[in-house]
Amino acid sequence: MIADATATPTAGARRFPPVTQLAIGSLALVVTGGIVMAGNFPNPPALAIPVVLLVGSAFLWALSLLLLSRHPGFAWGAFFKVARWALVAYVVIAGMIEFAFVHNNASGAPLLVISLMLVIFALDVPLSIGFTVARFQEPAPDPNVPRR
Amino acid sequence: MAVMTADGVPSAEPTAIPRRAIQIVPLKGLPVVAVIVVGLVVSIAANWRWALMFYHVAGGGLWTGIDLFVGFVIGPILGRLSIPARAEFSSKFMPMMVLIMPTLVLMTLAAGFQTAVNLGNLDPASVNHGWLVVSFIIVGILATVALGVLEPANVAVLWEMNKPRPNGEVIARLMRRFVYAAGITGAMQVATLVIMTRITTQ
Repeated sequence: MIADATATPTAGARRFPPVTQLAIGSLALVVTGGIVMAGNFPNPPALAIPVVLLVGSAFLWALSLLLLSRHPGFAWGAFFKVARWALVAYVVIAGMIEFAFVHNNASGAPLLVISLMLVIFALDVPLSIGFTVARFQEPAPDPNVPRR
Repeated sequence: MAVMTADGVPSAEPTAIPRRAIQIVPLKGLPVVAVIVVGLVVSIAANWRWALMFYHVAGGGLWTGIDLFVGFVIGPILGRLSIPARAEFSSKFMPMMVLIMPTLVLMTLAAGFQTAVNLGNLDPASVNHGWLVVSFIIVGILATVALGVLEPANVAVLWEMNKPRPNGEVIARLMRRFVYAAGITGAMQVATLVIMTRITTQ
């Protein structure tokens, strides 16, 4: 078979940055941080490891979004359509977990770390769902290319 | 629905057939979810022991049972079906999973955490503390696989099937991901069963 360099790849065949892997990595780090915090509860844990995990998780999340934003022709419309509803659902879930900690008298720096972990958690899942849906959509038309 | 080649492999070439649009999130189920979540909040706020145990045991039992059933019974059957049959089944099955699974997970974990705090099982001096930490690790792996792989694949399959011309290759690829992920979560649930029965009998 001879490859056609000028052929437009189908939505499923296009190559994307490793957003899924980065989002799963970010989720794994923040979940590990949550396990460290919950495993020590109700005693306040040493925060060094959870903070490192939190920063690593936030970095991976931001990196995946940065790589995606530099990818031309990504179906952002479909991404936001899916991600915003997923965000609503996961804000409710994260809020529920936050409530469980606050109800059990978590406070101060440990509560702040848990809250930030929950923020990353609530952002990770919509990113992953939105990307998985949008990568198979046709790319948005480039406004710089004149229509024939 | 996808076009099939003679050897049963889905063609990447999409085709159009008239059919009803799939509701990705079944809106009729949302009030039920809302009632369950409100009940859970009240149970935690009031430290209502029976309700917490009910939420944890009922939610955990259903979560475990569904994961095992989907991973080891539905998954392998689905993998052997033709693409059109898979698509037909998935269009009915997956919207329900979009609502049911997150609700069960939320019920189980929130009520379980509160129950563990109330019973003193989270105290490092408790004989159950080590087992609970192991169960957290297993739940962590479950959550990462379910939220990072399984749920995105689930939603993306439904989205693809809602197109006027669904791509059979994309659906097959996502369904493979869904079935493998369901198998992993099913296996992890066996470990959860061992730990939970161990904790309650110590």
